[in-house]
Amino acid sequence: MAQGVFAITEQRDAELRKVSFEAVSEGRRLADGLGTDLTAVILGSGVEGFADQLKKYGADKILVADDPALAEYTTDAYTNVLTELIHASDPAVIIMGASAQGKDLAGRLAARLDAGVAMDCVGIKIDNGNLTYTRPMFGGKILADVEIEGNPQMVAIRPNVMDINEVSKNCVIEKAAVQVGEIKTKVVEKKMETGDKIELTEADIIVSGGRGTGGDYALIEALANELGAAVGASRSAVDEGWRPHSDQVGQTGKTVSPTLYIACGISGAIQHLAGMSTSKYIVAINKDEEAPIFSRADYGIHGDLFEVVPAITEAVKKLKG
Amino acid sequence: MDIVVLVKQVPDTESLVQIADDGVSIKKQDIKWIMNPYDELAVEEALRIKEAQGGTVTILSFGPEKAIETIRTALAMGADQGVHIKDPVAEGSDSLASAKLLAAALKNIPYDLVIAGHRAVDEDNYQVASAVAELLGIPQVSMVNKAEVSEGKITCHRTVEGGTVVMEASLPALFTTQRGLNEPRYASLPGIMKAKKKTVDVKTVADLGVDAAVVGAAHRKVKIKALNLPPQRQAVRMIQGEAAAAKAAELVKILHEETKII
Repeated sequence: MAQGVFAITEQRDAELRKVSFEAVSEGRRLADGLGTDLTAVILGSGVEGFADQLKKYGADKILVADDPALAEYTTDAYTNVLTELIHASDPAVIIMGASAQGKDLAGRLAARLDAGVAMDCVGIKIDNGNLTYTRPMFGGKILADVEIEGNPQMVAIRPNVMDINEVSKNCVIEKAAVQVGEIKTKVVEKKMETGDKIELTEADIIVSGGRGTGGDYALIEALANELGAAVGASRSAVDEGWRPHSDQVGQTGKTVSPTLYIACGISGAIQHLAGMSTSKYIVAINKDEEAPIFSRADYGIHGDLFEVVPAITEAVKKLKG
Repeated sequence: MDIVVLVKQVPDTESLVQIADDGVSIKKQDIKWIMNPYDELAVEEALRIKEAQGGTVTILSFGPEKAIETIRTALAMGADQGVHIKDPVAEGSDSLASAKLLAAALKNIPYDLVIAGHRAVDEDNYQVASAVAELLGIPQVSMVNKAEVSEGKITCHRTVEGGTVVMEASLPALFTTQRGLNEPRYASLPGIMKAKKKTVDVKTVADLGVDAAVVGAAHRKVKIKALNLPPQRQAVRMIQGEAAAAKAAELVKILHEETKII
């Protein structure tokens, strides 16, 4: 009978990604709730050292699948290796991150395992051995509670939402058998942004600008810089060509869940609100007192962003002394 | 180059989505239905590849009667023909069941390349395209913002957190679209007239040879138990003050002392 929780971690460029710790911590919570064990798997090349880093998050066992062919993520190799490991351990629940990698992998793995997936999950309830997954639909305009029939159940968790907890627990580290199989795709080049640019979906604070900026992002960037925040944009700002597509927050862009979201000169179109409504705190700055964004914000400043934003930057500087 | 584009009809992203009385579905009336925005990118990309290299573009959609509107829109943009999987038995299928239907239909359509949106902006499942690629046994590349086809392979720029990974896949292959790939064209009036005469084959679950016991609302693996509106925030606290500097200072004080974020 299928039992146990199986957490798939993710590493890139010699680092375990934060969502890996979130998946293992949440996996621990599920395993405790179901009265079962947690196995975590690390895939990559030369990744044995990562097990020491991961073991403090509560896995009973860590499998290390180490192979040169796993150095860069490819759907084929990762699906092939994971399928073998999953068949061998026959888990009841598979948990992973709903990152770019996780979103690519989940559908493929689910089709191979003939399993249901709760994608981009933001909360899991455990009740008498039953799991209910809460996940946004329609870009977050609706939250659905779903249950999954059959084994295994798969859940991909939205990055930046679940808590990370350190647990002191015995952890066995094992080298996993690796059957890479046929790989039909090849990574030919990686073009990563250099510098300290903070990824929107992983940022604690986001300063976002909309049509009200008139395309001038210097003030937004200055505030973001002072706060160590990422810079976001509304769809209209992206459509105007002021910011790249990768900065877009909303239903047809990125869905973000920072601790603090500062919306500057963003009126609050439904499709934008959908992308940031799970932020913990929302601050809106707008010169239109009637802007819909104020109805979704915790704190509002009615005023000209060209005066207010630099004043906030100054106030933060002063606070930091 | 024969290309199949997977399209889905979805509620307009500007629509207000309301929960129906049954608590597990949305109110379908009063919604404006559109082609999934990521699928528009897929149709456009297919047309550009066809214009450069020749071949055919087939639109494949699984959806109710009304989905024909979206297929016709794609035909009006310039696609050659459509296939509409339409069967009351299959309505309410989840991602994996939808993928099984689409993959079954693809087994009877010649293709070198399949293009799809990376997700549909209704249930936001991000799974159908990957599952279709798996069921067909072809390689996939997700969230692509640049694609070049040449000599039996495709080179795709796949967007990931903080950058782009350039990947190659041998054809036949599937890739999914990301914003930035192109600017979809509008259907022209002559295009709309021509689209009315283009063939759209209708396929049922039985036509496709898919087991009816794996499709439809009753056989979902992912069962929707309840839909809820996101929790409402408390009423906004408007920061008062004479000048910008006073308001800014007050806000920063709150963020520092009360919410302890900065």
